[in-house]
Amino acid sequence: MRIPCYVVTTRIVTCLLISLLSWLPMTGAAQEPDGQALLEALDTRSFDDKAAAINAIIESEQPRADVWLQAMLDSDLQRLKDDGRFVIALETAGLDVTIEDALTGEAMGEVSRRNLDRLTINNALRSQLRSAISLVELYNGDQDARLDAAEGLIGDVEDAQVAPLTNRLDEEPSAAVRERLNQALAVYRLNQGDVDAIEVLAGSLNSQVRVALNRATQSDDPLVADAASAAIADIQQNLKINRGLETLYFGLSLGSVLVLAAIGLAITFGVMGVINMAHGELIMLGAYTTWMMQQLLPGQPGMALILSIPAGFMVSALAGIAIERGVIQFLKGRPLETLLATFGISLILQQLVRTVISPQNRTVITPEWMSGSLVVNDALSLTLNRLYVLGFALVVFAALMLIMRRTRLGLEVRAVTQNRAMARSMGIRATRVDIMTFALGSGVAGLAGVALSQLTNVGPNLGQNYIIDSFMVVVFGGVGNLWGTLVAGMSLGVINQVIEPWAGAVLAKIIVLVFIILFIQKRPKGLFPQKGRAAEG
Amino acid sequence: MSSQTVSNSHQPLSHSVSGTSCYSGVKRKLSMTLLAAAIGATGTQAFAQDDDPIKVGILHSLSGTMAISETVLKDTVEMLIEQQNEAGGLLGREIEPVVVDPASDWPLFAEKARELLEQEEVDVIFGNWTSVSRKSVLPVVEELNGLLFYPVQYEGEESSENVFYTGAAPNQQAIPAVNYLHDEVGVERWVLAGTDYVYPRTTNRILEAYLQEEFGVSDEDIMVNYTPFGHSDWQNIVSEIGRFGSEGKKTAVVSTVNGDANVPFYRELSNQGIDAVDIPVVAFSVGEQELTGIDAEPLVGHLAAWNYFMSVDTDANYDFIDAWLEHTGEDDAVTNDPMEAHYIGFNMWVEAVEKAGTTDVDAVKDAIIGVSVPNLSGGYAAMMPNHHITKPVMIGEIQDNGQFAVVWETPSTVAGDAWSDYLPGSRDLISDWRKPMECGNYNVAENRCMGSEAEEQAE
Repeated sequence: MRIPCYVVTTRIVTCLLISLLSWLPMTGAAQEPDGQALLEALDTRSFDDKAAAINAIIESEQPRADVWLQAMLDSDLQRLKDDGRFVIALETAGLDVTIEDALTGEAMGEVSRRNLDRLTINNALRSQLRSAISLVELYNGDQDARLDAAEGLIGDVEDAQVAPLTNRLDEEPSAAVRERLNQALAVYRLNQGDVDAIEVLAGSLNSQVRVALNRATQSDDPLVADAASAAIADIQQNLKINRGLETLYFGLSLGSVLVLAAIGLAITFGVMGVINMAHGELIMLGAYTTWMMQQLLPGQPGMALILSIPAGFMVSALAGIAIERGVIQFLKGRPLETLLATFGISLILQQLVRTVISPQNRTVITPEWMSGSLVVNDALSLTLNRLYVLGFALVVFAALMLIMRRTRLGLEVRAVTQNRAMARSMGIRATRVDIMTFALGSGVAGLAGVALSQLTNVGPNLGQNYIIDSFMVVVFGGVGNLWGTLVAGMSLGVINQVIEPWAGAVLAKIIVLVFIILFIQKRPKGLFPQKGRAAEG
Repeated sequence: MSSQTVSNSHQPLSHSVSGTSCYSGVKRKLSMTLLAAAIGATGTQAFAQDDDPIKVGILHSLSGTMAISETVLKDTVEMLIEQQNEAGGLLGREIEPVVVDPASDWPLFAEKARELLEQEEVDVIFGNWTSVSRKSVLPVVEELNGLLFYPVQYEGEESSENVFYTGAAPNQQAIPAVNYLHDEVGVERWVLAGTDYVYPRTTNRILEAYLQEEFGVSDEDIMVNYTPFGHSDWQNIVSEIGRFGSEGKKTAVVSTVNGDANVPFYRELSNQGIDAVDIPVVAFSVGEQELTGIDAEPLVGHLAAWNYFMSVDTDANYDFIDAWLEHTGEDDAVTNDPMEAHYIGFNMWVEAVEKAGTTDVDAVKDAIIGVSVPNLSGGYAAMMPNHHITKPVMIGEIQDNGQFAVVWETPSTVAGDAWSDYLPGSRDLISDWRKPMECGNYNVAENRCMGSEAEEQAE
């Protein structure tokens, strides 16, 4: 039997009631309580009473029950203080809220926030509401939604749901959804002390299944406890491999952040030899550009993010040119003065942001397609935002290599750094090359900022947190070598993440720092020292 | 140097505005005019022309890492002063804020406190956020006999004659929160995650002792983790929390993570799909202000324990919020718990000064004990003899709009306890600054005042 459903939103189906009733025993519609009374029951301080009231709504025949449940889950179901009417909040603008009548759905305009009382829910109710809504979603035509719903039910099945779920299992066309439903029912049976359920669950990496199995190992029934322990032992090996892969991914992801932050510095410091302490602030400018773009394009965070890639590059590159022209060119060959001057610039830039924009952090929105994670299997999922940043870092690196190896600018940069006087006598305008190189390095810092805005806080201190790491990576990799920066960044990231679980975050950082210091003692020129005459120059 | 920092020069006592930005200068002039109008109209009160203004020092970081949290507190005190001046000042005198910027630099806090007390000769200081900055200021206010109102929840194990703690002590925040998780949510396995400094470390020590003593939680069911300030790479820790939580027992995270490190922490939680229904995180340092930096949608259901939430439904609170929105000029500005603490602290000080009839530090110190003023959640806050105040404890769940919905609250207010009952070194200590005891760490077992020994023992 297929029940026709009309999707209102992605999450709700208007025919919630019909579908619910098709599996619930008919109680006879004669004594149906009216909507107002059902909602009245929700307005209590006791969460237990609220749970009962929600069950009453689920079992009721009210045409708007689905809307109420969803509104309740979203905390939008509220009550007017003056006349006690139940309303659903649609939109909040400052102190006023747009509402509609919960019973009839008729629009009621705006009221003051003061006049509204929220019907609050807690996590227990949230889980109850969700499982009620997932049951409905199981009948939704969309396979992904069904899969999500079935997965959400694992570990959450209640007594009353067993019968309808078993029915559903026979009707479900998709094998994946059936597997999930089977697991959900097996977990329920396991919790009831059924040994046979363990067979269904064996080998599953799902964390809820593991929770259930772990709980079963402490069961009073030795049969259940032993079977559960055996199943857990089976899963363990598989988990270990996945855990190793996960750590590797964490390491590469941290490494990609380090590479992104350091790669611009590898050009300005590594290739040009300028110690630019304001590098971190150039990263910060890139991150603020992302925020600015999102302000300019409200409602389109993804588009804004993509546009901020060129914009962030330009902003930081221009700032870099200003720094180069304004300060660094006058301090050529005086590293100490350059260091101090650029440190001053970094403080100025920070304070500028604080005064002009705000000392508070800015919210950069993560677009929909970058949040959540890519599920490889139940025990291994890769967070999407970091996956994108990892890819972005590699693309930026490849592009830089291309520029340095294959373009005229790259050729000129290499010529000028190897032998400035000779390059000039060959007709290369060394000053122009200086500007372009510094702009390139700064622009890449801006790109790093765009990427970092998705991972960390965008605030005036953003740059400070990365400047030390950046220098560390460049020095470790070998000054003047882009490959060195890539390898150094990635390996430091992985080392850090491998150490962290047993040493803690604070100690892991210290260990990595000590390791680098010792390494530099042995090999002062880093992992990949430059060879030949250029190295002495 | 920014226009917000105060010049070091000693300013003559005139109407010139010391320190605040030119903006608030304009505002102040405006409020002065309003005030003059009000006085003209009622004629009940007037500033004595030769009376000096009462100076109130504001010691909050306006730059550096803590600026995020502390700038709003500076604004709050300024707003409260403005309101008090509009209502006729204090003892017929005008109140004048003196703002300094300790720049999130802990030793600088001590220097700036000295500057406020010695050069500016302020009558009271409202300030500090982190415990480490308070510890830095403490010897200065004690030496120069100043008054400090400290508005943030802290780890306890301290009671100074010169400091009034208007934030929560552990028994007004951490302990009730853990009780809630154990009794109402049924949590049996605990992750204590914190930033690596004195507040989280002491709080977690108290909580560990409490969990073992009260609920018989075994060592393997407690996981403790510390991260540096501003930590941004939470992948490993969050994944470990996820594993720790899938061992079959209901697990919760008790977070004393401070400052902006919370944003990437919560972001990672939601990206790795750790849901509040499975593993709730209860935070002691995340309020409405911190949530403005996060998209709150994935965090719905995670918890925070405070003594005030912006969503509290009382008229006093709505008035406060309206005044705050007007003061900041932003429609989406939020209020939070430390702001309420300043609101209470400021009103208590005003009341004590009126009661004593002078701003003299010793007189105010005596007068303020027992003073009770309305809080923003519909009750009253009273200053206890141990310089802590009574507060209701509330547990709120994060909503999709960045606000908290109160899901649990203590039936009555709880008095702050300076010395924890769960640490062996401090369980016998009490604090009472009334005469004749006048001791911040009286040992009831040995019947003597411990003086400076107390803190060493509490370690």
